[in-house]
Amino acid sequence: MTAFLQELAKTYGYQANHLLAILRAVQARYHHIPGSAIEALADLLQLPRSQIIGVIEFYSFFHLQPQGQYQLLISDSITDHMLGKQALISSLAERLQVAIGTVRADGLVSLDNTSCTGLCDQGPAGLINGLPLTQLNCAKLDMIVSLINAQTPLPEWPGELFAISDNIQKTDVLLNQAISTGAALQATFDRGIAATLTEIDRAGLRGRGGAGFKTAMKWRFCSEESATTRYVVCNADEGEPGTFKDRVLLNRYADQVFEGMTVCAAIIGAHQGFLYLRGEYLFLYDPLQAVLQHRREAGLLGNNILGQGIDFDIEICLGAGAYICGEESALIESLEGKMGIPRNRPPYPVTQGYLGKPTVVNNVETFFAAAAVAVQGGDWFASIGTGQSKGSKILSICGDCANPGIYEYPFGTTVQTILDGCGANDVLGVQIGGPSGTFISPQEFQRKLAFEDLATGGSFIIFNTSRNILDIANNFTHFFAHESCGFCTPCRVGTSLLKKQLDKIVDGHGSAGDVAALESLCQLVKNYSHCGLGQTAANPILTTLARYPELYQAKLKKISYEPGFDLDAALATARRMADRHDAAAHLAQIGEDYE
Amino acid sequence: MSKTITIDGKAIPFTEGQTIMQAATAADVYIPHLCHHPEFTPHGSCKLCTVKVNGRNCSACTFPAAEGQEVLNNTQELNSDRKTITQMLFVEGNHFCPSCEKTGNCQLQAVAYHLNMLDDHFPLFYAHRAMDASHPEVLIDHNRCIFCTLCVRASREHDGKDVFAISGRGINKHLIVNSASGQLKDSALDSGDKAAHICPTGAILIKHTGYQVPIGQRVYDHHQINEVSLASEHPHGE
Repeated sequence: MTAFLQELAKTYGYQANHLLAILRAVQARYHHIPGSAIEALADLLQLPRSQIIGVIEFYSFFHLQPQGQYQLLISDSITDHMLGKQALISSLAERLQVAIGTVRADGLVSLDNTSCTGLCDQGPAGLINGLPLTQLNCAKLDMIVSLINAQTPLPEWPGELFAISDNIQKTDVLLNQAISTGAALQATFDRGIAATLTEIDRAGLRGRGGAGFKTAMKWRFCSEESATTRYVVCNADEGEPGTFKDRVLLNRYADQVFEGMTVCAAIIGAHQGFLYLRGEYLFLYDPLQAVLQHRREAGLLGNNILGQGIDFDIEICLGAGAYICGEESALIESLEGKMGIPRNRPPYPVTQGYLGKPTVVNNVETFFAAAAVAVQGGDWFASIGTGQSKGSKILSICGDCANPGIYEYPFGTTVQTILDGCGANDVLGVQIGGPSGTFISPQEFQRKLAFEDLATGGSFIIFNTSRNILDIANNFTHFFAHESCGFCTPCRVGTSLLKKQLDKIVDGHGSAGDVAALESLCQLVKNYSHCGLGQTAANPILTTLARYPELYQAKLKKISYEPGFDLDAALATARRMADRHDAAAHLAQIGEDYE
Repeated sequence: MSKTITIDGKAIPFTEGQTIMQAATAADVYIPHLCHHPEFTPHGSCKLCTVKVNGRNCSACTFPAAEGQEVLNNTQELNSDRKTITQMLFVEGNHFCPSCEKTGNCQLQAVAYHLNMLDDHFPLFYAHRAMDASHPEVLIDHNRCIFCTLCVRASREHDGKDVFAISGRGINKHLIVNSASGQLKDSALDSGDKAAHICPTGAILIKHTGYQVPIGQRVYDHHQINEVSLASEHPHGE
């Protein structure tokens, strides 16, 4: 192991910034991060071992305890549940003889849940040793179980298990035709760098991650900073359950995304860029490296790009399973090899970002659109969309519809039009913008996709009338509790309390006052949390409670107070020890239960 | 002419680069806090010091003061929410004041008194947390850790040792010790270190000194935390 670690550390220049990449390699080889590796890395990277342990315990894909040689993770997204995920994972557990969340005694296989894998249009999905499994069904489970038990090496597994479709269902101005490679850079140099920034400004392009900050303004702020070392970061950590459009953009249009980053670099004066790719998209890593290499060979990256004296290159950094890293300052921390904890702001990343230097962080789709604007000019883009939302939006549509996949619509399109376009009938509601967004009911289907109405990072999950709204809110609420980074009290404790309080109501133990208590807790978590995760973690409850208060009320018991403490359950151990199963060994703490 | 902000309508002078907390402390205005300590880099995690700055919630310990800010601090709404946040800290760990050596000297308890917290409100988590009594002079009772990171910062910034770190994610966050065994006895901690004395709760205690000051004669048995805090932090409140 020593030689392996030394070689690894050397490959990464003994830089602590690369801790995630190094830990990924150790995890892949040893199925966990052994204590001896932590000691060796602490020495090689000159880091306190406690910092390395902190990083390991922060990210879902790192483990201090050995995982199976075959590490099987099944996506726990609501859409996977709707496609029968629970039965699949139970069947896997039974047939592989391994309990969920554990490693089989022989160490061959481990099984667990994982947050949305970005394959909601082709679920139920999972990951085996980091590689995606799609459209899981009984036949595929048979295959997987026998391949694992036969210890067949992954490269020999049938390709159909790993097949991923782009599912591009509807294209518009951006997806109709990718720009030709190099065209955006050529246009930028022909027009002039400053004039290109003016075009992006004129285009009215706003960040596609959901918050909608004006792209040109962000780039200008960064370019005006006095520090001359600056960075461009592309946020490809799309972890919002139900979104997968960045996966398709990077699979199909990577050149254009990288070109957008390079245009940004030319404008802000950056020499180094990073693509922060979520760990779940490991399968895109090699193809993306090939695209980068091709661009270097074509003179579109590296030194003296297109002979214009501009030097810029892009490095791909993989995440390791943490939704919070989609938050830009947490992403930067993660790029620096640390736990993904959002920073205090100000200072903002444009002033002090990666390694404390001015940094532009934009979403994949933003760079993709910026490249098109650089070619076609701002007026073209601004002519599409609404007053405050220019251009088009790429949506990841999944859930109950005939044709899940990628759809591009101009901003201003109504929800009804989108539902008609993807073949959704009998719709109960739509979750727009993922769990952190808004649940809308059929009365609101004339609302428009726009920053001024329904803002979305691209997640669009459809539920038909066979679905249960409380189950949906519950799945999302558990998701946030799992993904909270734990930095601040309101989110760390609050998301767990929301989970407990909602479980209490959903499980039928709520009583009068419990819904009001739930709502006031929601408000506290929303108003006091440190970052966007906590500030939106209560949205699944708040948005459904506002629309369907009767569903929550109907779950409540008709008594004024239900104790949180379950006396009868607490006596279970005593009954077992005394071997008592008679009625008298059960105590009711309130009269109603036994009336 | 010095610049000013207002806190609850009162003009408070500040110098460029000061946080709202620093400006407030220097002007003898108490803003409740637990993870803040004037000698260390602000952390901004406990959120008790949340104030409304021009209508927006901000952490006073990290947010820079700027000319003309109208800050709300001692309002019923903020204090009520601060109380809820304190209750969250209580239920998350295992804080049983009557059996804790720190009672009367504990800032968590004192803040709870100050905010008139009379119950836990939320269901207790009863988290399973271990103790580390391995060190001959210093004890860690993880049941009482509130993840303020003051020991982490004190060890790094003052003692130059990096003895402590916070590990894990979300509700599984926990304090860890930088030693090969993970135990405090094998770390570089010395009982004279700042990190051994900075804990606002009873999570890190010095051994062999318990109950030397009887209960009833301790700091917060006689003084509100706002008085104590301003008296002790003002001199450093630069």
